[in-house]
Amino acid sequence: MPAVPQTVDQVRRIDVDQYKYGFVTDIESDKAPKGLSEDIVRFISAKKNEPEWMLAWRLDAYRRWLTMREPRWARVSHSPIDYQNIYYYAAPKKKDGPKSLEEIDPEILKTYEKLGIPLREVAVLERVTPPEGESEQEGNGYGRVAVDAVFDSVSVATTFKQELAKAGVLFMPISEALQTHPEMVKKYIGTVVPISDNFYATLNSAVFSDGSFVYVPRGVRCPMELSTYFRINERDTGQFERTLIIADKGSYVSYLEGCTAPMRDENQLHAAVVELIALEDAEIKYSTIQNWYPGDATGRGGVYNFVTKRGDCRGKNSKISWTQLETGSAITWKYPSCILRGDNARGEFYSIAISNGHQQVDSGTKMLHLGKNTTSRIISKGIAAGRSNNTYRGLVMAHPRAKGARNFTNCDSLLIGDKCGAHTVPYIEAKNSSAVFEHEATTSKISEDTLFYCRQRGLSAEDAVALVVNGFVKDVLQQLPMEFAVEAQKLISISLEGSVG
Amino acid sequence: MHLLEIKNLHVEVDGKKILNGLELSVGAGSVHALMGPNGSGKSTLAHVLAGKADYVVTQGEVLLDGEDILALAPEERAAKGLFLAFQYPLEIPGVATMTFLRTALNAQRKQRGEAELSTPEFLKRVREVAGKLGIEQEMLRRGVNVGFSGGEKKRNEILQMALLQPRLCVLDETDSGLDIDALKTVADGVNALRSPARGFIMITHYQRLLNYIVPDVVHVLSRGRIVKTGNKELALDLEATGYVQYQEEMA
Amino acid sequence: MNAEVRPIKTAAETALATSFAAVKRALPGPATVGVLREDAFRRFETEGLPHRRVEEWKYTDLRALMREAKPLAGVPDAAAKARAKAALATLAAVDARSIVFVDGALVPELSDLDGLEAGLTIRSMAQALAAGDGDLLAHLGRLVPTDDVAVALNTAFMGDGALIHVAPGVALAQPIHLVFVNAGSEAASVFARSLVVIEDGARAMLLESHVGCSDASDHQVNAVLELKVGDAAHVDHIKITGEGAGALHVSSLMAAIGAHARFNEFLFTTGGGVVRNQVFVCFGGEGTVAGIRGATLLQGHQHADTTLVAEHAAAECTSREVFKSVLDEHGRSVFQGKIIVRPHAQKTDAKMATHALLLSETAEADNKPELEIFADDVQCGHGATSGALEQELLFYLKARGIPAKEAEALLIQAFVGEAVEGIEHAGLRDALIDRVVAWLKARE
Repeated sequence: MPAVPQTVDQVRRIDVDQYKYGFVTDIESDKAPKGLSEDIVRFISAKKNEPEWMLAWRLDAYRRWLTMREPRWARVSHSPIDYQNIYYYAAPKKKDGPKSLEEIDPEILKTYEKLGIPLREVAVLERVTPPEGESEQEGNGYGRVAVDAVFDSVSVATTFKQELAKAGVLFMPISEALQTHPEMVKKYIGTVVPISDNFYATLNSAVFSDGSFVYVPRGVRCPMELSTYFRINERDTGQFERTLIIADKGSYVSYLEGCTAPMRDENQLHAAVVELIALEDAEIKYSTIQNWYPGDATGRGGVYNFVTKRGDCRGKNSKISWTQLETGSAITWKYPSCILRGDNARGEFYSIAISNGHQQVDSGTKMLHLGKNTTSRIISKGIAAGRSNNTYRGLVMAHPRAKGARNFTNCDSLLIGDKCGAHTVPYIEAKNSSAVFEHEATTSKISEDTLFYCRQRGLSAEDAVALVVNGFVKDVLQQLPMEFAVEAQKLISISLEGSVG
Repeated sequence: MHLLEIKNLHVEVDGKKILNGLELSVGAGSVHALMGPNGSGKSTLAHVLAGKADYVVTQGEVLLDGEDILALAPEERAAKGLFLAFQYPLEIPGVATMTFLRTALNAQRKQRGEAELSTPEFLKRVREVAGKLGIEQEMLRRGVNVGFSGGEKKRNEILQMALLQPRLCVLDETDSGLDIDALKTVADGVNALRSPARGFIMITHYQRLLNYIVPDVVHVLSRGRIVKTGNKELALDLEATGYVQYQEEMA
Repeated sequence: MNAEVRPIKTAAETALATSFAAVKRALPGPATVGVLREDAFRRFETEGLPHRRVEEWKYTDLRALMREAKPLAGVPDAAAKARAKAALATLAAVDARSIVFVDGALVPELSDLDGLEAGLTIRSMAQALAAGDGDLLAHLGRLVPTDDVAVALNTAFMGDGALIHVAPGVALAQPIHLVFVNAGSEAASVFARSLVVIEDGARAMLLESHVGCSDASDHQVNAVLELKVGDAAHVDHIKITGEGAGALHVSSLMAAIGAHARFNEFLFTTGGGVVRNQVFVCFGGEGTVAGIRGATLLQGHQHADTTLVAEHAAAECTSREVFKSVLDEHGRSVFQGKIIVRPHAQKTDAKMATHALLLSETAEADNKPELEIFADDVQCGHGATSGALEQELLFYLKARGIPAKEAEALLIQAFVGEAVEGIEHAGLRDALIDRVVAWLKARE
């Protein structure tokens, strides 16, 4: 017997046509003509007043991209993407004058309010500052979030700038960093994800519009969580963020990324690149909640999320941890990875991927052990419902030099209904005898008896499913920063309930 | 009006008749023991009352406080005060027992149009009941029934029963798999819940449990219907003679 | 924009094309078989030799590993037969009915073809092909269809092999042992093709050994076995790959399993320079219980790849997959195991475990256990580990006075034993354990 009929039915009606964030903000925007050419690349670079070397880099990427092919190995299918039918640059039209919160188009602020993003500092403080008398946890500014919001392609506001500046932390749009700290960008960009890494990353290198730049100086523990909320608003707009985070020796930073997009019939392409660099004894924690529009009940529309995220544990004892909650996008093609170069470096990947309706997810990680005594841990929880396909794909590799490398991998899949698929494709390559790898994977369903037990105690069928799913993903949820954990739990329920809109 | 009235209940599973015109009335404040040989339909009755799928009612009525509940979803029956203590409680990995208790309690309150319980009030109630049943706080933090011993699982069922304060409690072989100490703890928990407003159906194969929870009425179930009803002495007779005579009577 | 780049033909690919054009008319079979061969060869020509960009061959790049194609083996001469006979003596451990193929050709005088039990028929594949046997053609290439290029290459060139039929309800008392010996003095390529049909309710045990006469000749073997296991039949298939270190060995088993059957597969690999064992199993009937296991022991520069696709196409089947590899020196093992559960295969219970033990710093183990699940009410899982011998265990044994090498051998034997224990036939199990022991001895 498959899952109880009611549940299956609920799941079939999943919120694909009740997408909570599917509103369109009505503002004028400033865009380049559709299509991609050297001229467009030059246009983007000129628009941003970039240094000459940046333009040369983009053009190099563009020319290489022309010779490349889309990767075909993932378990996803879609009709061909017409790369000439996409806008590669769109910026909200802004008034002249200094860029302060007051100056921001109220429509944009409203959008963020709907998204629940604490854009205004006051709102942020009101929402999360602990009650009087209680100290902040660990004194690290936990509970406060600095937001660098990206609206389509341009960062519209950065909060907490001053406080971060006091700590010496640079947190700004990458377009701004190219003006104020070009040498820093030049030193690190493309060193983790090379210019011709893959089709989508190369495309991004040519046309990236904006994104966040973070630099945490030596020995500094970033005083607050940094956060970017990406949002695709413009019709036919490709979103090509480029994020670069550098944690200098002995520093620590936690970065949160959230994504939503309005409902559109057409498929929107999102090809971001995120590069993380952790130097000696540094630690970067990168968390994502991805809730791009998944398409409607018939599988029409939705975001193609083809993202390259990679972290380089460049120094000894460095650590990079990826945590992701993937509930959105029509197609997700995403493998946040760690290059464990420094001795004793540690990489972590914690993932929850929920697919429903006609969504296709092909996601996982790569842990490349290059340094001695490097360790990694992978916990992946995939939940497939509706007519979706959900694939975990991961590589764990120990180089002959990586003596004493250790990996532990756990991939669990849960199927809800009998029209979906859950797949596990791990590649495990041990090239030296002192590397110890352990991998386990299971696939199961929510048993009817468990649901009956919950319902006998008064839970509705969908609440029972949500409860069991939350239990299933608990190990990963615990890895999310507090601010995100609550939102994550809500998102999981929304993704699995038919009635909540 | 009886708390529970079962009239001429016929039930099939996979096309096989299990209950054949069962009649049973349970008044508020009374404890009924339902005994019978294996395969007589005891557990089927428990599952049908709670609304489990795959049990097809072909005839009859089940009235709770005069209202037919057969068309209701399991959670609606639960909200109306029907509680089933499972013979084999399920494990729910990753869901802390405490979370489960709160979710269940609030779901029922919501269905009844009552306000959610505040966290301190909820914690107070859980601690109180857990203390009586000898359930450690540590156990409440663990996943529901995950890694619990047989006795712990049954105590957890009684904990839920005490917390949810149902009107009608159906205990399905709650004594199975319990040693004598665990049996006493569970029985104490059940006895503490006996009240003029509440009714019990205790399904059991053995008389042993009835030494600790003394029933007002004892029924013998055979081949899907009640073949004999008596007082607590009937259970002792059964213990001495076994079920053979009832199986023969039917034959 | 991005046109498909046609790879330049390698020397081996060119040689195969030349060879096919030259021999295709001489290969056994009527026109219908000729068409099969042509179609298969065209498939090979389109794809070329599989290489690392072909996902299924990612770790065994045949284009790089097969630099040249050896000429097709000729009919074995007396000297070859004599060498083969000598080699057979080493295989005498198990009491079985031996069917011997020398350089791919059935040699009746070395085989035990007399006194076949009632319900058992054994014939030469080449003869059956030449005769255009209807039963053969009904099954050939159809039991578990695959578009694998190695299988296509075999179909194009297939020569001799065994054609075995066991009638319904017949339980064979004695195992059948297919022995393939490479005995030619010159390196040659062999395309062996066998078809075994075990009808409903029958019971059979099939051994398949591949051996070489000396390490000197670099034979290229491409062997295909198609196996049909009927409803309620019980079949064990044990394949031993033990050719010389220069040999290139590619084998493919395509097994279609009926309902309520029992099927046990075991792959034991110690020989060959480059080995690729492919197993394509399809569970097409309900309620079958299967065990698919293997042990691989490698040293020198040996490369052995086990690629398994277990497809659960019917409900309520249980399968257990256990693979162990022990790697010394520059040995490299590859395990790719995919469990597929089709939409209606509810209540499937499939568990796969793969473990690699690396004895040297330069050994390599690549594991790719895959799950592809389309039914919701299933229990599927896999586990994979790799690592060196546990130092604590070694120390414990040494502390009890066991010398280091011996302690290692004990632990390795225990490690491999877990897979070998799955073999039901006691004599064979012991014979394989002896081989493990011998392999360990040779290490010292």
